[in-house]
Amino acid sequence: MVEMDETARLELARRMAAAIPHSVALGMHVEAIGHGSAVISVPYDEKLVGDPTTGVVHGGVITALLDGTAGTAVMTHPKAPGGTATIDLRIDYMRAARPGQTITAHAECYRLTRNVAFVRAYAHDGDPEDPVAQANGAFTVEPRGTKIGETA
Amino acid sequence: MNKRPRPEPVQVVKQRRDAALARLTTSVPYMQFMGMRFERRGNELTGILDFSQHLIGNPMLPALHGGAIGAFLESTAQMTLMWNSVWDLMENGGEAAQKIEAGDFPAWPKTIDITVDYLRSGLPRDAYARAEITRAGRRYASLRVMTWQDDVEKPFAEALVHFLMPQG
Repeated sequence: MVEMDETARLELARRMAAAIPHSVALGMHVEAIGHGSAVISVPYDEKLVGDPTTGVVHGGVITALLDGTAGTAVMTHPKAPGGTATIDLRIDYMRAARPGQTITAHAECYRLTRNVAFVRAYAHDGDPEDPVAQANGAFTVEPRGTKIGETA
Repeated sequence: MNKRPRPEPVQVVKQRRDAALARLTTSVPYMQFMGMRFERRGNELTGILDFSQHLIGNPMLPALHGGAIGAFLESTAQMTLMWNSVWDLMENGGEAAQKIEAGDFPAWPKTIDITVDYLRSGLPRDAYARAEITRAGRRYASLRVMTWQDDVEKPFAEALVHFLMPQG
């Protein structure tokens, strides 16, 4: 990515997210991006409920959020030439997210090689010290030009 | 002379099973939102993810969102496990079967973890998934699940999922 100031980078990341239909459908909001890291949230919505008796959001929402945040972290890495796609993603669900709470995911691309990006991520519902889920993933490193790829 | 009870008419049995499955699916708002449904042959289930533009994760290719694919695999595994319990309750008859018929289902198994293997990009068309229960214990269950589009021999993603069974 060409040198840009931080506000412009965040603005660009938000525009890119707005072009991803599934991110828009889930209500994903890019809170912050770093250089190989990203923070994205999804507000509580009744249409995303997985267990009607408890009102708890479906695990799939957290899967999509962690996957999207991890992919974004890869693309903000200073050495990432272009887009990315998920190779594999492992998610541990530590507890149910509290109904009504916004879920926020933090992802960090801790290692980027020529072909593979390694990412760890977690999601919480208000207290980062008490996460609801944790993830580890490997992502492809796509050549320049593919741009805002969001997984396969 | 041993007289066994006359079997119920096929339509009655079918209708009861299909109604229970439809009720389970429509009770989950997220499955409605995603456009997921399930078809059954006896107790065997196939998950169907009807294509819709909002499932796209890469508008350039275009390709399905990895998260949507993971969610579809997880939901198919979860429904397969749930259906397995519901089926047994239904088939054993008695009070438990009456509860199912009244729409009173057991609690959902909770996902402990999922590992998704993305094999190729998901095309902008319908996807199908099938899960296999590799272990159904009293506390834990383990499932393998795969999803394909055109060629069942060429899944575009697979997952290994563990669940915590409802206690009590």
